[in-house]
Amino acid sequence: MNSKKIVYPYIPNSEPQVQKEMLQEIGANSINELFSDIPEKLLLHKKMNLPKPFLSEYELKRHIESILSKNSTCKENISFLGAGCWQHYVPAVVDEVIHRSEFLTAYAGEPYEDHGRFQAGFEYASMMGDMLEMDVVSIPTYDWSQAASTSLRMSCRITGRDEVIVSKTINPNRLLVIKNYCNPNVNVAMLDFDPKTGLADINDLEKKISNKTAGVYIENPSYLGSIESNGAKLSEIIHKAGALFLVGVDPSSLGVLTPPINYGADIVCGDLQPLGIHMNYGGGVAGFIATRDEKEFVSEYPSRLFGIAPTENSEWGFGDVMWERTSFANRESSKEFVGTAAALWGIAAGVYLAVMGPEGMQELGKGIIQRSLYAQKEIGKIKGVKVPVLQSANYCEFVVDFNNSGKTIKEINKTLLKKGIFGGKDLSKDFPQFCQSALYCVTEIHSKEDIDRLVFALKEVF
Amino acid sequence: MKTKLRNYHAVCWDEPIIYELDRNGERAILVPEVDKKITESVGDGISSIPKSMRRKNVSQLPALSQPQVLRHFLHLSQETLGVDFNIDIGQGTCTMKYSPKIHEQFASSEKVAEMHPYQDESTSQGLLEIMYKTEQLFKEISGLERFSLHPGGGSHGIYTISSIIRAYHKSRGEEDKRNEIITTTFSHPSAAAAPRVKGYKIIIICPDDNGCPDIEALKKVVSEHTAALIITNPEDTGIYNSKITEFTKIVHNFGGLCGYDQANANGLLGITRAKEANFDLSFFNLHKTFSSPHGCGGPGSGIVGVTNKLAKFLPVPVVNYDKENNKYFLDHDSSDSIGKVKDFYGVIPVILKAYAWIMSLGAEGLREVSNVAILNNNYTMKKILELRGVSMAFPEHKHRIEQVRYSWEKLTKDTGINTENIQRRIFDFGTHYWTSHEPWLIPEPFTIEPSESYSKDDIDEFIAILGQIVKEAYEDPKKLKNAPFKSSVHHIDHDVFDDPSKWAITWRAYKKKYNGYFQPK
Amino acid sequence: MYKIGLIVNPIAGMGGRVGLKGTDGREILQKAKSLGAISLSPKRTTAALEPLSVIGDKLKLITCPGDMGENETISCGFVSDIINGIKSKETTFADTQKAARIIRDRGVDLLLFAGGDGTARDIYVAIGTTLPVIGIPTGVKIHSAVFASSPSKAGELSLLYLQKKIHKLREVEVMDIDEQAFRNGIVKARLFGYLKIPYERRCIQGGKLGSSPSEEIIQKAIAEDIIESMDNNFIYIIGPGTTTRAIMQRLGLSCTLLGVDAVYKKEVTGLDLGESDLLKLINKEKTKLIITPIGGQGYIFGRGNQQLSPQVIRKVKRDNIIIIATYNKIVSLKGYPLLVDTGDLSLDRELNGYVQIVTNYHERTVYRVKF
Repeated sequence: MNSKKIVYPYIPNSEPQVQKEMLQEIGANSINELFSDIPEKLLLHKKMNLPKPFLSEYELKRHIESILSKNSTCKENISFLGAGCWQHYVPAVVDEVIHRSEFLTAYAGEPYEDHGRFQAGFEYASMMGDMLEMDVVSIPTYDWSQAASTSLRMSCRITGRDEVIVSKTINPNRLLVIKNYCNPNVNVAMLDFDPKTGLADINDLEKKISNKTAGVYIENPSYLGSIESNGAKLSEIIHKAGALFLVGVDPSSLGVLTPPINYGADIVCGDLQPLGIHMNYGGGVAGFIATRDEKEFVSEYPSRLFGIAPTENSEWGFGDVMWERTSFANRESSKEFVGTAAALWGIAAGVYLAVMGPEGMQELGKGIIQRSLYAQKEIGKIKGVKVPVLQSANYCEFVVDFNNSGKTIKEINKTLLKKGIFGGKDLSKDFPQFCQSALYCVTEIHSKEDIDRLVFALKEVF
Repeated sequence: MKTKLRNYHAVCWDEPIIYELDRNGERAILVPEVDKKITESVGDGISSIPKSMRRKNVSQLPALSQPQVLRHFLHLSQETLGVDFNIDIGQGTCTMKYSPKIHEQFASSEKVAEMHPYQDESTSQGLLEIMYKTEQLFKEISGLERFSLHPGGGSHGIYTISSIIRAYHKSRGEEDKRNEIITTTFSHPSAAAAPRVKGYKIIIICPDDNGCPDIEALKKVVSEHTAALIITNPEDTGIYNSKITEFTKIVHNFGGLCGYDQANANGLLGITRAKEANFDLSFFNLHKTFSSPHGCGGPGSGIVGVTNKLAKFLPVPVVNYDKENNKYFLDHDSSDSIGKVKDFYGVIPVILKAYAWIMSLGAEGLREVSNVAILNNNYTMKKILELRGVSMAFPEHKHRIEQVRYSWEKLTKDTGINTENIQRRIFDFGTHYWTSHEPWLIPEPFTIEPSESYSKDDIDEFIAILGQIVKEAYEDPKKLKNAPFKSSVHHIDHDVFDDPSKWAITWRAYKKKYNGYFQPK
Repeated sequence: MYKIGLIVNPIAGMGGRVGLKGTDGREILQKAKSLGAISLSPKRTTAALEPLSVIGDKLKLITCPGDMGENETISCGFVSDIINGIKSKETTFADTQKAARIIRDRGVDLLLFAGGDGTARDIYVAIGTTLPVIGIPTGVKIHSAVFASSPSKAGELSLLYLQKKIHKLREVEVMDIDEQAFRNGIVKARLFGYLKIPYERRCIQGGKLGSSPSEEIIQKAIAEDIIESMDNNFIYIIGPGTTTRAIMQRLGLSCTLLGVDAVYKKEVTGLDLGESDLLKLINKEKTKLIITPIGGQGYIFGRGNQQLSPQVIRKVKRDNIIIIATYNKIVSLKGYPLLVDTGDLSLDRELNGYVQIVTNYHERTVYRVKF
């Protein structure tokens, strides 16, 4: 035996003496005896070929930081990227709460010793319920795409049908997730949009909807930023066919945009990331699903739902609302699956909404639209640039057409990058009809100076 | 050393629902004002929204000031039992272990938090390198050849695996023929539920007398209709199926694939791998074995590994390395990919923490993790089985790996106290335990998993707590039935939870159904 | 005010202690008494009533005079309401049946009865599933799941039900064992009927995943699976039981809960068929037999479905037998195999082996069958 055995800080019983004591109590000579169930031929007899570890915390920190220093962040630059992950300000109180050890490291306890976790979850759902004006909101799922996929399958179970229609102006990556999730039992048809406005093509819907349609899904605002104005008409057509109206939303817009339930939505879903969760390179996403408080809907949620209950001593108690499948409809009868998803982000969203309050959410949405309009106006002044491309109102994102510049978005963004600016997302591959166009996003974190800087830099591109 | 029991009491703030703290008009934060020039230029913004789409009423969110919001949520956090606070060996199958605080510093750094997934790759080389290197680490740990970091949790991992299985058989023209997936009774419920989403019929194998999945049953059901076997090893009972290679061989002989649910990996690191057992696919829970904190139920991560022949089906993008230019990049190029299962590239902060954990331990450290997890579990097992009224599931099978499923069957028979009664009483000592997935194959179950984070003294304390409760069960069962006595709340009335006229999932729903305190309207 | 009914069979259980199996029939009763047997019912009944004392001031017991309930009610200090028309001594099964009807018509929430399988049979004959019941075990042959695991458990369950802490009911089989044969060491059980009992759902906390579906929902799912795979060229013989009944209900067809029915092209072609009817009906190539375990010990043949004789089973052929059961049923077997007792030992041997039980929609559980 060469050097002294390493005692690991995270492994109290790696200390040799205590191991001896424990083995003695067990009545074994070595730990190897304890897993003699594992056949000899399956045992790894060599050490795994992993890099040399950083045993001291100091060296580990240096190692990680040296790698991470190769990143250039949205703080060190100015970013106008959106497209499913948005840069909003995260109040310090939100980070403070979700870094509390209790919330960070709790898991699957009961509503007794984890009473706080349940109450926080109930309050998050309640506040989302207020923004959505809906009485049932799920505990978070993995992301918006999962929420949309589940909403579509829920519509199949509720209606007993197995076809769905999905708008072409949803996030293209979302469509890939939905397609995978619906394969093989659910048929997905696409709904066209008006190329001028970016809004759902009503005629196309009337053509495609039938008595086999379980649900129709649109996003509002759409991926391209447009605010749908035909909500009522869409709802009428959809409900006439006996289908459900599904709408995906960016919840940060609900301070100024009307909740979809007011134009007939049956199931609403979206992402919590804009509500107080850092972008985390796309790792800060969390999906939610909301519906009316009707048994037919509640029974179809695969995710957890926290309910409030009385206790012996008249305190507030909580627990899981139990649901039972009430319908069995042809092939779509599995109630999907549920597991560890994104609960902590739900708590973050709850704290965020509590911090922002009703006035804050209103001011947030208003300010975002104003800044976005200003950006569009100023960029539009640049000769050869067309904006907005879509003749409709929008929230924080808008399409900018650079076709007359003679340059590709790739080239434009590379030039902007040199000036410390992250230009809008390149739409040329996903939306070839717009050719060299980009999706720009402006939020409350952009000051007038930031926007002016962008405009100035774009001018120089031409 | 005799262990002294604590005189614990849970924090009890009797905290109102946040809506009860509403003070109309108060603000917890002020939002950046729009520059006057912008308003002059474009107006109030609201007028640009079509009338039908404007929000008419201000939302009903509660209005509080900042200190009050913080205080409220801190009260709630204090009423939550995190791993950091207790000897959390009772949450079996969850692999509750220490989540190093240094990792939180890494994940909160702006270099992670303020990164947008669509930034130019030249600006995100740091994260791409972490993602790439994490994959390399897991390739060695599992022996598999390609990983996707996308799935958001274990169940999601099973779903991803099911999608790949489907794509594989489709590529060979056998999609319709191979419509069955085989799993076991002790597998996670998602092992049946997730493949069902992908249209599979599920065949479940029961345990034999030794507690292992019955191989004779497998032989009877495997056929040309078998798409795959999805199995955990060891299972939640802690029993390792030593015939595992026979299982995989049988399935492979019929052209099926073998998927490995490695939620129970904590006892196997550096000891045995997916590759040697001939698995084609597997997934790991980074929020279990690999130390990322559980976050009250996520965010987590369930990265999926496959053999080379299945690599082309993985979700896009994967992270590749361009050796020539020393650059990491996102590779979207795969026409055979199943598409996507998740937005963007995976749960980055969780992946980073797993990377850091592995890099702080290395091969020897990981081996030590499993050695000690097994040692702790066997030590705990010996002590628990000395308690009156306890038995172990499948007692003839002597060995367990990193966790054990026990039963209070005898104690319940003797005293009328059941596992839920004991569960409620254990809250009074500042810890908890978990029973089992439903339905309960093992009667009156509880599952204990003492990971490597716990010391011998910790385990002794937990045993002493169980011992005390056993004593109370035999001496004063009546009193015990009213537990918990020192929790944050008293007995919760579950009656409201399965009655549509009574349940309330949001505060607004509660207000619609009740006046005062649960007075139905 | 809570109102429950109480019927005590004063002679149940007297046979066991003195080595006799049951007390059916005057002769056996006399023999038991002469052997020094004393009734266990009073003690067991008071043990069952004890947990109800916490609601004593709000509880009224509707019961029979004398040793059929009044005595125990008084000794426990409850308010009672004695029904008319029943003797106070030397009562018979007819009194039990009459009492059950009267008590039910008085509008009680629940009927508690102390006795054995014989008493359960009488309750069934009288009121079927029109009122929830709970059995206090006192008799010798406790085979039916209508009995709680202990007298005090019966009381606890009653309390939970009255306080609406549990409100789910399920139907459980009432078996009838041929007493004479039993005394001679032969077990011949017949499915007699069904009673409705409240049951306590365990694991009401969600834990990591929320809760799992109830028995009824799973039965519906199984029915959905069977119906989906129904071939119009096949005759389907549906055995007795609540799980098989769910298939008939889903198809909107009438059925006999205790008997064997037949379906062809999703319509009924026969109800409550006997062995000879079945033999006539079965077309060698195109018949499927759908059965579910009856009676608690996991018998798929031989307890409660004797119309499915060895000849019938042989004609249908092993491969055409479909076994259905909810997962809870499987779990209740505690790892023991499913059993067969057709009466033909060589057939039993043939049925030995592994079967795939339909346990949910598009789900099969592999299980062992032993003889």
